[in-house]
Amino acid sequence: MVIDLDKCTGCMACSVACQAENNISFRVDETDKLRSITWMEIYKLENGKDYPEYQFTYLPRPCMHCDSPHHSPCTFVCPVNATTRDENNGIVTHIVPRCIGCRYCIVACPYHARDFNWWDPTWPKPMEQMLSPEVSTRMRGVVEKCTFCHQRLLKARTRAYHEGQDPNTVTYNPACADACPTKAITFGNLMDGQSDVAKLAKDPRAFRILAKLKTEPKVYYLSRYQWVHKLSDNA
Amino acid sequence: MDQALIPEGLKRCPLPVFGLWVLVLLAIIGWGVYAGAVVLLQALNVTGLNDYFGFGFYITIDLAIIALGAGAFFSGFLYYALSRYFPALKELHKIINLAVIVGFVCYTGALAVLLLEIGQPLRGWFGYWHPNVHSMLTEVIFCISCYAIVLIIEYVPIVFENRKLDAIKSVHIFGHTLHELMAIFALTGTFLSFFHQGSLGGVAGVLFARPFAYRTGFFVWPWTFFLFILSAIASGPAFTALVCRAMEAVTRKKLVDRSVYELLARIVGGLLLFYIILKIIDTLYWGLVMAPEFGLSLADFYKAPYGMWLLITEILICGVLPAIVLNIPQARKSDAILFGAFFLTCTGIVINRFVMTIQAIAVPVMPFDRWQVYVPTVYEWAPGIAMLAYCVLVISLSYRYLPLFPREKQLNAT
Repeated sequence: MVIDLDKCTGCMACSVACQAENNISFRVDETDKLRSITWMEIYKLENGKDYPEYQFTYLPRPCMHCDSPHHSPCTFVCPVNATTRDENNGIVTHIVPRCIGCRYCIVACPYHARDFNWWDPTWPKPMEQMLSPEVSTRMRGVVEKCTFCHQRLLKARTRAYHEGQDPNTVTYNPACADACPTKAITFGNLMDGQSDVAKLAKDPRAFRILAKLKTEPKVYYLSRYQWVHKLSDNA
Repeated sequence: MDQALIPEGLKRCPLPVFGLWVLVLLAIIGWGVYAGAVVLLQALNVTGLNDYFGFGFYITIDLAIIALGAGAFFSGFLYYALSRYFPALKELHKIINLAVIVGFVCYTGALAVLLLEIGQPLRGWFGYWHPNVHSMLTEVIFCISCYAIVLIIEYVPIVFENRKLDAIKSVHIFGHTLHELMAIFALTGTFLSFFHQGSLGGVAGVLFARPFAYRTGFFVWPWTFFLFILSAIASGPAFTALVCRAMEAVTRKKLVDRSVYELLARIVGGLLLFYIILKIIDTLYWGLVMAPEFGLSLADFYKAPYGMWLLITEILICGVLPAIVLNIPQARKSDAILFGAFFLTCTGIVINRFVMTIQAIAVPVMPFDRWQVYVPTVYEWAPGIAMLAYCVLVISLSYRYLPLFPREKQLNAT
């Protein structure tokens, strides 16, 4: 995934789309942001200068689906193999019915991309009628995270199979990329050198968050401002 | 009323006084069990934990109590395995029963609290069914439960030494046989305990995306693996000595010879010195080499309330100071200095476990993150305090009804 911060308006459409697509539960009182479940978190970055040099940008943060050798930080530590990386497509998945809720993966993730279900999931009426049948809701006491809309990948693969195409070459878009009004989010196969994401990832404006930690995130950001690059990597 | 159960020739306080003491402890345990039940029924939202602090009080107290309970396996290792080569270690015979019981209560108590920590306690057994061999927590789950079983096996023959139980022939023979086999169990326990003390250190050390916790290491084990083992075997005997001293103060009796404390002081002093030297080297390498590689400096890791005072207290006041004191023969002769040094040693290890759990995740990793402060709620304090009350209860019952200290009768003959 590549997110162009120069295009991002901070409208949070990606976050809302993610919330709806993936049946993410919420509470009436969401004042405690450290317990909110948000797969696509929006950060506001500031350059720390006063007017007129003051600048800011928004930074949407999904799961980075880290590509570090051998294991992602979270898959390395899960004691029950509930979170694993599919080496065929690079997506870090989370098997909810296997998760014991030890939260070791939450501790391991430097991007805070994982959320714990502190309460039983509920939706106010009539929203429960609007839940997507393609995504399981998560129970209390387990961890959940962005899956790059894995269900959309499965759907695309099934469609390709029925149409006699190679399921391994399908492309799809996660809900956040579809919802972005400025097309700031580009999604595709980084391994395919001809894909848009692979080209954008090599753009001079491209950078990754916390590259120094060698987690090898598969989410790239684009910004023409050097202070954004520096701020994102403890430089 | 319970005179027939009390070891022959030993004096214990009147039953009503003991009963009152037990009632107080049971009240505290009841409070903790209630709090634990609320956590299980209403979920972890009643605690101070959140998505920033995935680990909190439960893990800290578990790591701390398991380190302090290491006196059991290490004293057993010294007594059963090494005393034949170093006869001076035979002196540990006088305190080995207490060391086993302290280990037993620490581990079983920690396991009970661990049950509250996981969000889906009914899936706790998944750790055995779907183990991830790369996860340090898997190693912890296997070793800690195996070692708890070993501790139960070690505790049973001590229980069988009760006057009434010992009078039953089959129980006597069974207990005696277990005694004969104790060296095997002690060595099995040593093996398991070495591994899980280490893997508890590894839990933090393998977090390669958490610059505060991450350490390089040897083969698959980060340096924290070895530091946790060393710190546990240094503080475990110190904690056993402190418990023994506390029992002497409460019962107003001499329970072991002073020479036992002297021996423990020499053991703790030597190990602590070795540990603290390695810990300082580790801290310097981490602060001056590793942190800059991540774009951070040592000062970035310490902000109020988790300030530099924690590092100074842990390493200098509770590490270097007792290590020096315990290695000076003249200093060891003073009770105040000796037990003060033991106390500092144990405090240092508790701070270390706190730092490697709470502070490790309080430090913001993304530069645009903010420091957070973790405040545990009563639903975390209460089970923790109840666990300590449970430890005191089992030790109290064991002291009253079992011949824990072989020299107690001679030392208190008047």
